[in-house]
Amino acid sequence: MDQHLLSIVLFAPLAGFAVLLLIPGSQKNLIKVWANLVGFASFLVSLPLVTRFDNDTPGFQSIMHPQFHFEESANWIPSLGAHYHIGIDGISLLLIMLTTLMGFLAILSSWNAIDERVKEYYAMFLLLQTGMIGVFVSLDFFLFYVFWELVLVPMYFIIGVWGGPRKLYAAIKFFLYTLAGSVLMLLGILTLYFQYHQQFGTYTFEIADLMKLDMPLGMQQWVFWAFFLGFAIKVPMFPFHTWLPDAHVEAPTAGSVILASVLLKMGTYGFIRFSLPLLPKASVDQTIVQILAVLSIVGIIYGALVCLMQQDWKKLVAYSSVSHLGFCTLGIFALNPNGIAGSVIQQVNHGISTGMLFLIIGVIYERRHTREISEYGGLAHVMPKYAVIFAIAMLSSAGLPLLNGFVGEFTILQGAFEANRVWAAFSVMGVILGAAYLLWLYQRTMLGQVTNGRNLHLPDMSLREIVIFLPLIAWAIWIGVYPKPYFDVLEMPVQRIVERVRPGYYQGESGQKAKGKRQKAKVLEANAASVGPGAGQ
Amino acid sequence: MNQFYTTTDHFVLIPAIMLALFGCAILLFDFLVFPNPKQRKYLLIFVVLGLGFTGYGLWRQQEFLTANGLTELTAFQGALTIDRFALFFNWVFELATLIVAIVSYNYLEIEGEHHGEYYALMLFAQCGMFFLAAGTDLVTLFIGLELMAICFYVMVGFLRSDKRSNEAAMKYLLLGAFSSGFLVYGFSIMYGLAGSTQLSKVAAAISARDAWDPVVFLATATTAVGLLFKISAVPFHMWAPDAYEGAPTTITAYLSVASKAASFAFLLRIFLGPLASARDSWEPLLAVVAVLTMTVGNLAAISQSNIKRLLAYSSISHAGYMLLGLIAGNETGIRGIAVYVLVYAFMNLGAFLVVIAMRRKNIIGEDLDDMAGLMYKSPGYAILMLIFLLSLAGIPPTAGFLGKYYIFLSLIETHHYVLAVIATLYVAVAIYYYFRVVKIMFVGELAEKAPLATSFGLRVALGITGVLTLGVGVYPEPVLRLAQSSFLK
Repeated sequence: MDQHLLSIVLFAPLAGFAVLLLIPGSQKNLIKVWANLVGFASFLVSLPLVTRFDNDTPGFQSIMHPQFHFEESANWIPSLGAHYHIGIDGISLLLIMLTTLMGFLAILSSWNAIDERVKEYYAMFLLLQTGMIGVFVSLDFFLFYVFWELVLVPMYFIIGVWGGPRKLYAAIKFFLYTLAGSVLMLLGILTLYFQYHQQFGTYTFEIADLMKLDMPLGMQQWVFWAFFLGFAIKVPMFPFHTWLPDAHVEAPTAGSVILASVLLKMGTYGFIRFSLPLLPKASVDQTIVQILAVLSIVGIIYGALVCLMQQDWKKLVAYSSVSHLGFCTLGIFALNPNGIAGSVIQQVNHGISTGMLFLIIGVIYERRHTREISEYGGLAHVMPKYAVIFAIAMLSSAGLPLLNGFVGEFTILQGAFEANRVWAAFSVMGVILGAAYLLWLYQRTMLGQVTNGRNLHLPDMSLREIVIFLPLIAWAIWIGVYPKPYFDVLEMPVQRIVERVRPGYYQGESGQKAKGKRQKAKVLEANAASVGPGAGQ
Repeated sequence: MNQFYTTTDHFVLIPAIMLALFGCAILLFDFLVFPNPKQRKYLLIFVVLGLGFTGYGLWRQQEFLTANGLTELTAFQGALTIDRFALFFNWVFELATLIVAIVSYNYLEIEGEHHGEYYALMLFAQCGMFFLAAGTDLVTLFIGLELMAICFYVMVGFLRSDKRSNEAAMKYLLLGAFSSGFLVYGFSIMYGLAGSTQLSKVAAAISARDAWDPVVFLATATTAVGLLFKISAVPFHMWAPDAYEGAPTTITAYLSVASKAASFAFLLRIFLGPLASARDSWEPLLAVVAVLTMTVGNLAAISQSNIKRLLAYSSISHAGYMLLGLIAGNETGIRGIAVYVLVYAFMNLGAFLVVIAMRRKNIIGEDLDDMAGLMYKSPGYAILMLIFLLSLAGIPPTAGFLGKYYIFLSLIETHHYVLAVIATLYVAVAIYYYFRVVKIMFVGELAEKAPLATSFGLRVALGITGVLTLGVGVYPEPVLRLAQSSFLK
């Protein structure tokens, strides 16, 4: 059980999908119950990942050796050197938990929203779930690419079949953008694969092996840009973001939730897991870092400014994703522990807060079938419970202290400040603007008198709807109040990545934090050295 | 030594003999034993038997090669060579003929043109393909090509009362004859250079000359025109959309898979054989042709409203991808062509099978709009079509990805980065038009309520192609091994 735990987590939704296909389409309630059960079960089986996850022993020894938990490896396609190799570290752990929870909540939230083609709808969600988890657990590039592409098809259908008026346009735009990026990324992967064959004489897609490659800077840069296109379109970073508002606005609520909470994280995860460790020279190259940072900052500010102009509630939240993910990529390319750890935490935060915001929109959309902000106003009088939950979601997204958003943004800004003060100065503007557009949104929709007669008799949230939000609110508060476990889980994986891109970072004099860590590492190293030979004899 | 018909000759020729024999048997039985038109479907048994005996012959040859550790078996003084390459392609032909044959009887009944010659022509065509894959002599190759092509001219025009079918056959015949002329012209120059029609001797004569030697170039260019026509590469692709559209859909499937595979076998024999030493002169030429082929194929497919024409243009673009493997020219590239030909065979057949099922009594069912709402009516067919289209586009985990994978890898290995980027970006273009079909099937309103024309054969064929498309995508190891062993020199 234990050695196959990760495979079970990965394939549980797919097994549920297979069974779902056998249920006749007319049994709508049975399908809904089954899909919800599978969603919940997938979440439950992923919980042992948390309880049995032991943080790596800190210290220099383990920095040099990438450590993955729940690892499984089997030969898959020997002719190509592709393996079924999965495993997780702290970074993937957080994103998997986010995926299983949001996946379940998205399914749960669709109970009333979807009434036609129910079977296909839930089938697509379960398939999507396996694809997303697969992206976060793959330690083999071929496997990763398969899951990466697998995600596109169900998402296309979720947007294209159950979406809004311009759904088909949005769906194909989403598909084409991300596909164009990922096939170019494939070329980057193949270049690495071929280089490895040149240097070592065998073909392999194993990430751990590919990290042994020693490539000249020029080639690393090319590969970096190939990866960049794949990941940046997915994130989406500034000039590649145009598919996002369309996809979000047209997608059904649950689709938006999954898209924002999980799918976008695949891009940032890609940067952290692949771009940085595999292409260390290119990742610290000043031109590249500057371009990436500038694009992130432009994304932060541009996204926020566009939010201020939106008339459409959902579009506003969509653009806020561009802004928030700008923080995530900025954190990554600060290339220091604070930046990267903050980025991962912010990814989870964004998943929680933006997921909540989309669910909030879903709740009101089910009642009024419009997303025009001007249609609403004074809803707090009619729907007090709704107003409270919205307030929490909004504040968590805006980065109010004691809620999750603050922790992430603060740590990223700390990292950015350490890397370059100008970056920090500009990105702080994003925080301010973020508070502005969210508060203004809240004011326009919730506060004041009820301006529209049709809103007078809206029912408040039902128990099922509230239940969906409770875990997310609890999680948001947990991260906001006591984020230490999260930083603990991330510490070693992040250190490894920083050590990989900036060798000697923990030995050098860069910052006091590093100094402390260095001493700690040295002591452990000495211990290990004194124990090692003795044990050998 | 000079014995005319040795045991080896016989052993090598057995598959072709079987095909021809059963073809003739079908012609005889058609009017002697089964005078009643309703009995014609029993002719299918002869096709299956014929393919079985052919397959047995091929299998014996394969075992013989393995048992004796031989790489090739030459017969008729070097006119025919059985090697892994020839066997690989012949297996593809077997698969294609079998699948097309078992879906044909129902289709032809619906078209009202069920005649015994049809099956005979299929076997004769496959006989021609055998010579294309196994031939190592200019004359043998040319005769094989003509045998195949003439059968196809007839089969394309098989719907005698249909104007489109007649027009398609005429167009295909005229352009095909024209291109054969070019090919023979090139062959004659090769013969002039070498004084022999054997590929090995021609190769020796050409490699003795400079790659840019004008005579060699003339031979290369004219031969290339003929060959590129057969694989429907741009700018010699004009016949393909019309022939594909007008031909009976079963023949369209057969043409797009088997004929294309055979032509590629022929092309590889020539370009990797006699013309290998002139690579410097033809590589840039073929690169331009490949890019043009992908461009025209993919861009023209976008605006098609007839599903057969759409698949015709898509098949043109696939020829471009396969050509890229030849341009890369290294081991990966050639293996890539092998994998591509194989996976293309069953994914493209699969897509056409769904189109075949769309043809019902009084419903032509070739328009994209005819597929509207297929998901409501026949979800199984819609999902299979989705899988085939994803595979054609090259999205993992379907088989089509593997073909593209090898092609891209070979381009990177040989530093053809620009070609690699162009080829990858066309994947995104391709998904656009493939998903036009998907969109109509899954989102469109159900327009035509009549159920699809299914038959036992069609379901079996769809099962085979569907399982292969998905199965090979998820676990490709056996297929990759097969392709690897077929092309190791």
